[in-house]
Amino acid sequence: MPTKTIRQALNEAIRLEMRRDPTVIVIGEDVAGGAGGTGKRDASGGALGVTKGLFSEFGEARVIDTPITESAIMGAAAGAATTGLRPIAELMFCDFMGVCFDQIFNQAAKFRYMFGGKAQTPLVIRTMFGAGLRAAAQHSQSLYNIFTAIPGLKCVIPSNAYDAKGLLIQAIRDDDPVMFFEHKAIYDQEADVPDEAYTIPFGEANITREGGDVTIVAFARMLHLADGVADELGKDGVSVEVIDPRTTSPLDEETILESVEKTGRLVIVDEGGPRCGMAADIAAMVAQKAFGALKGPIMQVTAPHTPVPFSPVLEDLYIPGPEQIVAAVQRVMQPEVAGAK
Amino acid sequence: MSLDQETLLDAYRRMRTIREFEERIDTEFKAGEIPGFVHLYAGQEAVATGVCIHLRTEDYIGSTHRGHGHCIAKGCDVKGMMLEIFGRKGGLCGGKGGSMHIADLKQGMLGANAIVGGSPPLAIGAALSAKTRGTDNVAISFSGDGASNQGTTFESMNMAVVLKLPCVFVFENNGYGEMTGVDYAVGSKDIAGRAAGFGLPSVKIDGADFFAVEAAAAEAIERARSGGGPSAIEAVVTRFYGHFIGDPQNYRAPDEVERLRAERDCLKNFRERVTSDGSLSNAQMEEIDGQVGTLIEESVNEAKAAEFPDETELLTDVYVSY
Repeated sequence: MPTKTIRQALNEAIRLEMRRDPTVIVIGEDVAGGAGGTGKRDASGGALGVTKGLFSEFGEARVIDTPITESAIMGAAAGAATTGLRPIAELMFCDFMGVCFDQIFNQAAKFRYMFGGKAQTPLVIRTMFGAGLRAAAQHSQSLYNIFTAIPGLKCVIPSNAYDAKGLLIQAIRDDDPVMFFEHKAIYDQEADVPDEAYTIPFGEANITREGGDVTIVAFARMLHLADGVADELGKDGVSVEVIDPRTTSPLDEETILESVEKTGRLVIVDEGGPRCGMAADIAAMVAQKAFGALKGPIMQVTAPHTPVPFSPVLEDLYIPGPEQIVAAVQRVMQPEVAGAK
Repeated sequence: MSLDQETLLDAYRRMRTIREFEERIDTEFKAGEIPGFVHLYAGQEAVATGVCIHLRTEDYIGSTHRGHGHCIAKGCDVKGMMLEIFGRKGGLCGGKGGSMHIADLKQGMLGANAIVGGSPPLAIGAALSAKTRGTDNVAISFSGDGASNQGTTFESMNMAVVLKLPCVFVFENNGYGEMTGVDYAVGSKDIAGRAAGFGLPSVKIDGADFFAVEAAAAEAIERARSGGGPSAIEAVVTRFYGHFIGDPQNYRAPDEVERLRAERDCLKNFRERVTSDGSLSNAQMEEIDGQVGTLIEESVNEAKAAEFPDETELLTDVYVSY
């Protein structure tokens, strides 16, 4: 099977769906490499590099460069989605949701329910999230928790190239608005990815490591850290099960609960913050539905409740690291050890 | 009104400092010394300088992701800026902000801004504050051709007119919003004309001509200061570098930047003008060149030698830490 990066897998997913379905369009800033310049078209494929080559194959009617006007992009995509197209709108950094939030959460998310089931909004909003590139406070946030909290939106967070392709094709074919979060630091990670189209259903978690002592739930870049920790702790005789939910809405509660019923211990690793985030959300769900199975406290490993700092030393401290995951696992393995935090 | 020699030397120093600063940042970034995303202002120096030369410390400016030039022109400490961009202790934001978020409120610099269209509403807020507190201070909203299309910008221009705020919207049209050409992205191809549609006295000028900028800015700032309300200036400039350092710029013709550097260099234009009319001598400007070179060299050396912020800084300046 060919090896592809997440960036290539996403590009392929869009390309295959655009070939299959003429109603699929791509719209966003610089997605066609920047219109109106004096040089080449399709030079870059947007700031994320994901859409490169699509303009050359599908032309300007379907790969649409826009002005830097996020509200208009998202609103246009939502309006087009309710009237016969399947837009894939690109929002360069999820931080820019601040500019266009209304069109997503008051408009696109609400149509189906608010109009009594008479509207469909088959819209995909692809966006980049996460810290690690020294991009500072307005280009580094992990905001999927906000969108997970909004009824009417589906929320996808792929961690590898295989999932990225299957989940994106699923998102494009889905009849509801889907928020598709891509971690900016893992675009070049490779995996085996089939050339043909395939889908991965939403709400089905992936168990990336099987184990019996403790369950770790993690997303995107954090999932890879968790896998690494699981491998290391395995050498010390601690058997760690790692779960990648892949979608936060819908959330595969069943897989998480089954795992916790088996291990009795849960650590959630999330690059978002400690308040009202995915870690808190999953912890609450497990505490309510699997309380009797728990052998120790549920541990949340998250970023601190601060904006993302610029300076590399501070940003490295900000991002949850393997040491914190190990410490959390040790804490749930020995809950009687006082003072551990 | 012609500028006196002291003001001209001041203007030259600010422009020269911006150019030298940006070219050195480019070198240091490419050598791996500077982290993050950096957007250079070189080529646009006459705009920040031509506007800020008419401002007081107590006046305000709101800036963009391409904000180093605005900072320098408004009087931010160059060494503090360099420390910030290197992410070190002692930087203007303690190393927490970086290139895209340099701010110095004591100098009236309300921050570079990493959100396109983020600054215009803040600038009219500063203007509202200046007016409500009974001062005659003004606020400048610097933004690019890209931000000129944002709803936040339209809303701000309208509110500035409605509330008759002491504000000047300065649109630096450098030909590209990120990678997309201005003639594509601005439907009317006329940013000043669009501002006029909102009821703002508006002019379109050559931003490579310091004297055109300062004349337009003097009129607009005086109007704002004297209670005449907001204005807009569209300054046509060029970007000597890419959208960010590392941008391969394939969307620009291969010879475009080289040609613009030859034909549309505001520093060259300034020098030709002031030497041909005898208002400044080459020797005076060369003396400044030397001083600026020393300042930038010292700034970089000090930034490289400086410590990184203390780890405890991660959890300061927030209400709560969980």
